[in-house]
Amino acid sequence: MRRLIALIPLALFLVVAGYFAWSLRPGYDPQALPSVMIDREAPDFDLPPLSGDSRLSLASLKGKPVVINFFAYWCVPCRQEHPVLMKLAQTDKIALFGIAYEDKPEDSARLLAQLGNPYQRVGIDRDGRTGLNFGVYGVPETYVIDASGHIRKRFVGPLSATDVNEQLLPMLRRLGGS
Amino acid sequence: MAFRVCFDSSPTVMARFIRATYTGTAAAWGGPEKRGHDGGGRYGRKLFRYRVNMAGRSGLGVIPLVALAFLLLAAPVFAVEPSERLGDPALEARARAISGELRCLVCQNESIDESGASLAHDIRVFLRERLSAGDSDAQAMGAVVSRYGDFVLLRPPVKPATWLLWFGPVTLLGLGFVGTVVWLRRRPVVPPAPLSAAEQAELAKLMKDEG
Repeated sequence: MRRLIALIPLALFLVVAGYFAWSLRPGYDPQALPSVMIDREAPDFDLPPLSGDSRLSLASLKGKPVVINFFAYWCVPCRQEHPVLMKLAQTDKIALFGIAYEDKPEDSARLLAQLGNPYQRVGIDRDGRTGLNFGVYGVPETYVIDASGHIRKRFVGPLSATDVNEQLLPMLRRLGGS
Repeated sequence: MAFRVCFDSSPTVMARFIRATYTGTAAAWGGPEKRGHDGGGRYGRKLFRYRVNMAGRSGLGVIPLVALAFLLLAAPVFAVEPSERLGDPALEARARAISGELRCLVCQNESIDESGASLAHDIRVFLRERLSAGDSDAQAMGAVVSRYGDFVLLRPPVKPATWLLWFGPVTLLGLGFVGTVVWLRRRPVVPPAPLSAAEQAELAKLMKDEG
């Protein structure tokens, strides 16, 4: 009994150290938040287009699973994920739509002119209200919305090729098959 | 890691101002000059000249005082912009009260009332729109929570998932108290052994010395 009591500090230390070690695992962002929107109906939006004349609305996207990416010209990590989006649009033929979050339209257009445009259509969310309704708290954020208009997944921060291959594509295959 | 814009200007500016002030003051006292290189580089040297011209040798004590005054002034910093304020003071007061309870998700340790981040601005405007449209405080707050989750609440709600958070410390304290009481009760109370003859003699000697 005495012996066991003497071991309590060691046990406590191991628990705390184990928690710290677990928190330091690679790829873990302690500031990333789980979305409360998962499996809820996506908030309605109807945004003016960056080019062309068909507005980007939720209603116009229903019927097939889509990927929505919030981006901005002023956002540095967006440039990091841009090649991943380009590849997604070109090789994987994903229905990818962009929402320019709190960005001047001419800046968004400049970004797409510089790096290429992976989006089928881009909506302008100048005041960030659509982002707010989605629970966006930084760009880039990427959402998967299923055919019925429910949010299935959120990626916070730049998408990596690993995210795409291990999570996004399998999820889209599942949603497309059902 | 999403890209976050966080303007926590005042403390940073203050810290810089105070550092600059003290560098300057030390220079005026002859510290860095006598030591030669102070490691401050060009910045430090420029400050030194400025300070000598400004304060000369007389106003040395004033500068830290001014810095302190600025610090005191800087304590209540709110980010609410005039354009965001509502015309109705009662409604605005409610909005301010709710804003103080909501976390800015960009800076994560500031309320949206204090944060200069653009997301905080958006949420402040959103909140005021909801209140103007006739929402109760709880409804307006609920609208933000339904978008961002419980994490936006600086005061976490009491529910099964947060019981550990709310009651954990009190429970630990209670367990410690109970443990202490049990330990004290169980401790065998052995009357101290009477003093030996040698100890008695020693004690008598000591008492005599004292007297």
